[in-house]
Amino acid sequence: MEVNQMQRSFLEYANVLFREGFLDGQFSQLQMLADESNPDFVVEVVSLFFEDSQKLLNDLTTTLDQQNVNFKKIDAHIHQLKGSSSSIGAQRVKNACIAFRNFCDQQNVEGLSFGSSITFAFLFQLEQQIVAAGGAIPILSEFS
Amino acid sequence: MVMAGHELFHVLAVDDSLIDRKLIERLLKTSSYQVTTVDSGSKALEFLGWHEDHERLINPNETTSVSPNNHQEVEVNLVITDYCMPGMTGYDLLKKMKESSSLRNIPVVIMSSENVPSRINRCLEEGAEEFFLKPVRKSDVNKLSTHMMKSKSSKDKEEEEDDDDDIEKPEKQLQEKQEQDDQKEEEDETPQSQQQQQSSNNNNKRKSMDDGPSPDRTRPRYNGLSVMSN
Repeated sequence: MEVNQMQRSFLEYANVLFREGFLDGQFSQLQMLADESNPDFVVEVVSLFFEDSQKLLNDLTTTLDQQNVNFKKIDAHIHQLKGSSSSIGAQRVKNACIAFRNFCDQQNVEGLSFGSSITFAFLFQLEQQIVAAGGAIPILSEFS
Repeated sequence: MVMAGHELFHVLAVDDSLIDRKLIERLLKTSSYQVTTVDSGSKALEFLGWHEDHERLINPNETTSVSPNNHQEVEVNLVITDYCMPGMTGYDLLKKMKESSSLRNIPVVIMSSENVPSRINRCLEEGAEEFFLKPVRKSDVNKLSTHMMKSKSSKDKEEEEDDDDDIEKPEKQLQEKQEQDDQKEEEDETPQSQQQQQSSNNNNKRKSMDDGPSPDRTRPRYNGLSVMSN
């Protein structure tokens, strides 16, 4: 089965990402789907994920900055991010979400702020790794 | 209506997450299903041709065929929906479908990222065929064909069959049918397996029948060679 050069190097590097815990088994599932007839599938979905996640985290930060924090909304954001990171296999991001969701229940704004920074950092880190692997992913702009 | 092969099964996927929609679409397409995705329960109902006002006017015995307004515009063989959605949840959608005479026979599968036993039970009790935990995998999608074929053959049972001799049945379906035939005596759960036996005149292992060709139970078949025998 033919895999183009970019995809090949990306796949090789993905192994590193697995070992280092950035990605989990779900990512392999994505890769299997890409082999079929849609070679750009992984790149497409991962790009979408970064776009989506960045927006989510930005929204979350905005919500946190308000006078009266809407914790329900924040919980919904985290839930969504947890879901999408789980769907693509972004393990660290997912785990970060699970962890800091607790701050929501406690209505701990500082904790939430901290948690979202960490999650953003993991997101950024993952993206950098993928870019390094040769995947054509747009670079995340500065995170707050 | 010609009985379609496996490839032509049409699945409607409902999820508010774009990423999950992309994923499920890809998963379904690699299983050779036709896929439509929508991002909400209300859009799903719209696609299915559900109209609240007309529900009570629909004759419950009427099958889904070409008719004005109230019936599906496009045939959908299965609906797979996320549970957690803003507005109408997957459970709400399931409920609405089961309450509708035109939609209740469409198998529904629920997906959720959260493993909540009470939620799962509620959905199954309401009539969902399966409950998948996200992220959904290929192995999950492989389970869907059974539900679609079961529902399709029971629908065909209601409709008049014209000709089904030269229908290309995919291997898997044939296999399943053979398995059903083999277990015919023990398992009585699928009434449509009987129908399938009657309708196809090849490959069926029958328990001690005298002649090869299927007995003419429903109507005479004149295929040149066989003769109606008593």
